[in-house]
Amino acid sequence: MTARTLAEKVWDRHVVRRAAGEPDLIYIDLHLVHEVTSPQAFEGLRIAKRTVRRPDLTLATMDHNVPTTAATPADEISLKQMEAMARNAREFGVRLFPMGAPEQGIVHVISPQLGLTEPGMTIVCGDSHTSTHGAFGAIAFGIGTSDVEHVLATQTLWADRPGTMAVTVEGALPRGVWAKDVILGIIGRIGVNGGVGSVIEYRGSAIRSLSMEGRMTVCNMSIEAGARAGMIAPDDTTFAYVEKRQHAPKGAEWQRALDEWRALPSDDGARFDREVRIDASELRPYVSWGTNPSQTVTIDGHVPDPDSLEPSQREAAGRALRYMDLRAGTPIRDITIDTVFLGSCTNARIEDLRVASDVVRGRKVRSGVRALVVPGSMLVKAQAEREGLDRVFRDAGFEWRDAGCSMCLGMNPDILGPGERCASTSNRNFEGRQGPGGRTHLVSPAVAAATAIAGHFALPEDLS
Amino acid sequence: MNAVRRVTGRALPLDRANVDTDQIIPAHWLKRVERTGYGAGLFEAWRRDPSFVMNDPRYAGASILIAGANFGSGSSREHAVWALVETGFRAVIAPRLADIFRANCLKSGLVPVEIEAGAVAKLLRLVESDPRAEITVDVERRVVEAPGLHASFELEDHARTRLLEGLDDIAVTLAHANEITKYESTRATWLPSLRD
Repeated sequence: MTARTLAEKVWDRHVVRRAAGEPDLIYIDLHLVHEVTSPQAFEGLRIAKRTVRRPDLTLATMDHNVPTTAATPADEISLKQMEAMARNAREFGVRLFPMGAPEQGIVHVISPQLGLTEPGMTIVCGDSHTSTHGAFGAIAFGIGTSDVEHVLATQTLWADRPGTMAVTVEGALPRGVWAKDVILGIIGRIGVNGGVGSVIEYRGSAIRSLSMEGRMTVCNMSIEAGARAGMIAPDDTTFAYVEKRQHAPKGAEWQRALDEWRALPSDDGARFDREVRIDASELRPYVSWGTNPSQTVTIDGHVPDPDSLEPSQREAAGRALRYMDLRAGTPIRDITIDTVFLGSCTNARIEDLRVASDVVRGRKVRSGVRALVVPGSMLVKAQAEREGLDRVFRDAGFEWRDAGCSMCLGMNPDILGPGERCASTSNRNFEGRQGPGGRTHLVSPAVAAATAIAGHFALPEDLS
Repeated sequence: MNAVRRVTGRALPLDRANVDTDQIIPAHWLKRVERTGYGAGLFEAWRRDPSFVMNDPRYAGASILIAGANFGSGSSREHAVWALVETGFRAVIAPRLADIFRANCLKSGLVPVEIEAGAVAKLLRLVESDPRAEITVDVERRVVEAPGLHASFELEDHARTRLLEGLDDIAVTLAHANEITKYESTRATWLPSLRD
């Protein structure tokens, strides 16, 4: 039999129908739903008098426009959207974790926590960061609302088998380099369209050394390289994370599942359409300076001069610097910030909060800086509180919020004002992403925490 | 979805690469529960700049958008396509469209056209120098035609058929319901279920 990649194995296992001149019809093992991209899909079902084929494989939550503190209630339109989610879940028999539920949280944080995300599955959601779940060796990708409706009605999707790409990061990660830096380093090298049309498989000893939380951070931002999805082969780290979670297989089923999962990694000799190799020792803590996630520089660096870049990138870089109000040549550490956001489906898991809390313990947020910690789920929040992390953050001057997408995107009360500058652990530094006119710099939780204390971009070891 | 055979009309030249869907329709517009009402949000932030090309009256009524590579990157929001369609766009031409955006285009009859960068540059120059120039996107023959330009583009047979016939994907799929049921009987028993 021909050697196959991880992605090919998972894909082939899910083909319901394959015929010449058609894309594959693939089966979806888990459909995650949230309030923002689903109302029009449910409405479509209602109009066509269709039902949800597999409510048992569908999970809904509210995350994008929920407020994260009682001090800033949701606006009327957001409330209407949340009400629509609740009504649709009721009417179509879909399990929902609404605001206030102990399991509520960002869709890509809660599913792995509940053991619903497992190796070898196909997972979709009307959200581009669905790529997160690839960390478990699942094929997981974002879809538009019409396809949400399609999956609700049929539990399948029409899709062309994606191309394959291997990104191998070999070696030990230098001290202070986290999963966020790994993926920013990768995107900086392959570009925002470096993965278009492909599933990226992240490989190599540096990737294998990451925790599941770290792997999720890496896969989460695959879409920022334009990839269809990102994946990491399941191994003992994966199995240890999944085992004993609420929806994980139990007893004899666990053994059966393990046998299948152990056969998933890419075969020796499997061929990828494209391969990129990166030496882990070259990676550093990164800070984005521009308005797309490939526009990054190491924290020891300077804001680049557009004229020093490749001709094709100069105009966009110049426009980005004008939007970001940055001058070429400015040392990154000299850039002061107004806000620090620690949250999002990229970096709001327990490990992220532990790393950040270690940095801020016993210190104070720089006067005048607004600093928010928004746990990725209410379960993460509860766990952090059991570990006393909330006290560490509060004592340092951080706001300690409820779970939600929060300031990652400007559609709930947590937004940047025009011209405000933010060190953010989120995934997108697009113009206006965190609020109209807001300026986003993407960083790891460690750098975000140190930056909150210093008031300008900093590493933990810069703090006195 | 309405069937689309060909699109002929004037074009809006948006000579920028990596235009993400947050620019096409900012997030606060996504609070709506309807499929309509997004036109006013199209490029909302950029439209505040009087020099933004969409504010140039010579391009009013354009039905084709010409853009740089990786148009529609980022968020999966189909609202980006709805906003373009509501504003009157029927085709988007770029050297490369982001994957999810392209898939979303096909659901609303917005013809996704990927042609090589040189041809896109030529179209941009043509339309910039003559805003009245007419461009035709022919779905049936899979070609773009403009004065001095003839370029074929790739469009999978099934996508072409769906555009030409305005087919509802779900109806097509439900015709294969037996195959779906058969597949379901082969699924591993350990797979998670919300019923557990």
